[in-house]
Amino acid sequence: MSEFVQFFFSGITVGAVYALVALGFTLIYNASDVINFAQGEFVMLGGMTTVFLGLAGVPLPLAALLAVLLTTIVGFALHRIAIEPARGANAVVLIMITIGASIFLRGVAQVVFDKGFHSLPPLFGNAPIHFAGAAILPQSLVVLAGAAVIVVLLWAFIDRTLFGKAIIATAVNRVAARLVGIDTRRMVGFSFGISAAIGAVAGILITPITLTGYEIGTLLALKGFAAAMLGGIGIAAGAVVGGLLLGAIEAFSAGYISSQYKDAVAFLVILLVLFVRPQGIFGKPKFERV
Amino acid sequence: MRPAILDRVVSALRRSPMQRQWAILAIAAVALLMPPFFPSTYYYRVATLVFVFAIAATGLNLLMGFAGQVSLGHAGFMGIGAYAVAIGPSRFGIPSWLALLAGAALTALLAFAVGRPILRLKGHYLAVATLGFGLLLAIVFGNESRFTGGPDGMLVPRPILFGWSIGGTVTWYWIAALTFVLSAMLAVNLIDSPTGRALRAIHDSEIASRVLGIDVARQKLTVFVISAVYASVAGSYLAAFDGHVTPEISGFLRSIELVAMVVLGGIGSIVGSLVGAALLVMLPQVLTVLHDYEHMALGLVLMGVMIFMRAGIVPSLAAALARHRA
Amino acid sequence: MSIVAVEHLSIAFGGVRAIDDVSLAVREGLVFSIIGPNGAGKTTLFNVISGLYVPLEGSVRIRDENVTGLPPEALARRGVSRTFQNLQIFFRMSALENVMVGCHRHETTGALASLLHLPEVKRQNRRTREAATRALERIGLAAVADMPASSLSFGNLKRLEIARALASEPSVLLLDEPAAGCNAVETEELTKIIRGIADDGITVLLVEHDMRLVMQISDYIHVLANGRTLAAGTAAEVRANPAVIEAYLGVHGSQEAAHADG
Repeated sequence: MSEFVQFFFSGITVGAVYALVALGFTLIYNASDVINFAQGEFVMLGGMTTVFLGLAGVPLPLAALLAVLLTTIVGFALHRIAIEPARGANAVVLIMITIGASIFLRGVAQVVFDKGFHSLPPLFGNAPIHFAGAAILPQSLVVLAGAAVIVVLLWAFIDRTLFGKAIIATAVNRVAARLVGIDTRRMVGFSFGISAAIGAVAGILITPITLTGYEIGTLLALKGFAAAMLGGIGIAAGAVVGGLLLGAIEAFSAGYISSQYKDAVAFLVILLVLFVRPQGIFGKPKFERV
Repeated sequence: MRPAILDRVVSALRRSPMQRQWAILAIAAVALLMPPFFPSTYYYRVATLVFVFAIAATGLNLLMGFAGQVSLGHAGFMGIGAYAVAIGPSRFGIPSWLALLAGAALTALLAFAVGRPILRLKGHYLAVATLGFGLLLAIVFGNESRFTGGPDGMLVPRPILFGWSIGGTVTWYWIAALTFVLSAMLAVNLIDSPTGRALRAIHDSEIASRVLGIDVARQKLTVFVISAVYASVAGSYLAAFDGHVTPEISGFLRSIELVAMVVLGGIGSIVGSLVGAALLVMLPQVLTVLHDYEHMALGLVLMGVMIFMRAGIVPSLAAALARHRA
Repeated sequence: MSIVAVEHLSIAFGGVRAIDDVSLAVREGLVFSIIGPNGAGKTTLFNVISGLYVPLEGSVRIRDENVTGLPPEALARRGVSRTFQNLQIFFRMSALENVMVGCHRHETTGALASLLHLPEVKRQNRRTREAATRALERIGLAAVADMPASSLSFGNLKRLEIARALASEPSVLLLDEPAAGCNAVETEELTKIIRGIADDGITVLLVEHDMRLVMQISDYIHVLANGRTLAAGTAAEVRANPAVIEAYLGVHGSQEAAHADG
């Protein structure tokens, strides 16, 4: 039983990161139909930038803030430089562009930072909290709480502010949005920026537990996408549920079946979802009209 | 929906069957006449790698350029071919050429089994499914150390054919060049046939294809299996040539490089596959000093081509030439 | 016996019945038109008959064989072919190649033979090319055979799709709004082409909005409105039907119809 609780908590902790990556995917996908493979790099940049700014002597809270800011700018830049010029291209071209961006950002991180793994000090120390026979890291709770706060803030922003509604309008019907005066290009840019910020925060929060390195982006992007697909692509609630679920499934299979194939779980989930229920948990089946 | 300039260019390029045959002959001539100009065996080595990757790229081009599907996990099939010629001789004592055939057969079977469900998907779903599949293979290669030597990989014994030990860069150059020319001819044959037309039709309109009696699922599966076998053979050659194989051979980056070769050189152009392979093989060679900047360069190149030269180099050049003449 | 029979057909999309209890029977060799206001379910009906949609209730029979729910490929094998309202042309191929694909169901060579370019493939290519060239000549597009389809005019593309459908040698041809977007001259040519197809013994099912064309060429008309059958009969009967006039033809249409009469 205690094992179960242990796996569950470590699972949903990582799952919270997957959820945030998936949320970023969803935001961008809804606004522009683009699957952003560089999403994982945002997480990497958040953690790595904080680490290296910290190493350069910047106090950590400031470093974290600057890291989020920098990553947000990268998100905007990605949209402006790589996505916007290719607007209207088919899905595969756009995926290739974001893959190219992801590889590029990885390459930059390799050169600007280094190839090693790095950590950050946890917010409330390392003394494990004992619950139901399991030892839970305080940072786990920080991650979960942070993710919850982000989700609530995002929801409030989208649902309660005019700006947020403008982004949704762009997502639902771009032409109509433009007709009512919304600058859709800026809206899509903002969705990239916000996704980048979300990713960066997730990266900073999780680094004390899972470490960060220049290469973590790729797998994170894939797992985040798996989570988004599991929950239903384009559905925010689906992204969160999918992420937590994926994290839990991963932890349980690593714990009870094989830890060697932990990373394979996400891909098996993708394949399973695509063949059994392509629209995901919350999605509606698509119908092609001739 | 009327396609953009990219598609007019591609269609113009793909129209003339004889053009394709002549292009292959030209390549064969170049392959024959190049070696005297090689200052050292290093050039043989680079050229060999170009031809080997061009084989894989040609197969992928059939899938992507003609049938209009996408595979972001094709390096997985290269991995199967590569590990086949490593494991076959070392662990099972079978000769390398048999191991190559076994690898190809295994690849065909796997592609058949996996292709059936996967090819029902489209667009980014298909892309991610193939990506996941390729990565799954890479993970298996990395984990099953008893067979594969784990993350550090394993040595590949020299192939022995009729008592003759195949080795040496020059020998491999001729083998690779010959095999590429052969594989290109097979590809061109496929394109100018009822199957080839069916594939191109599927690319343009699946609905119209079905209504005309084309078994879309079967045709997609056929070209998927063929392209997988191309990759497997290329993988076998690569491993035997290198003398060493690691799970990286079927990794994500490798798969993206393959796609980049097809897309850079020109989707729908066999010659383009060779050009793309040449560019991507020579890129790290050019950057040996700046090895650390390899990823940055690859990423930039990928983005740049996809944004500005979506048709790829060969079709874009051909179009520019056509416009210049007009 | 009817070559195409639809019995009590219904299909729904997300709760809305696009077709509700529609039955019709098409006699072989006739030109059978389906008309009705926009949204009446005409193209949906075509899509069910050609196997693209699976109905909720009811059946489709071709030569008395129950083909309900069979995919389009299976229907193609039974001699059913069609054109599309929003052209489904193979834009990256030439006009000739488009029609060559139409011959696919008669081509017998497989992938392996193609890879090796065996003599049978060469023979097949030649036969298909000749058949496609003849089809283009018959429809008047021989001049543009080698041009990429993307460079053809709209009217030519409509004719190309018909040529392609004819290349499969169907016994039943479904034409989905062939005159849509065509001018008077093109429509006149189209009328002649359809007449020629029917004279060749091919059963034609036509969905059309152009009333002159419909009245001139139809042997039998079936009127749909809101997914249900409104009326059915010969051109004269349908023209005189008050419900039809009220629901669909309107004042302008009945004048057109009167003119088409001569």
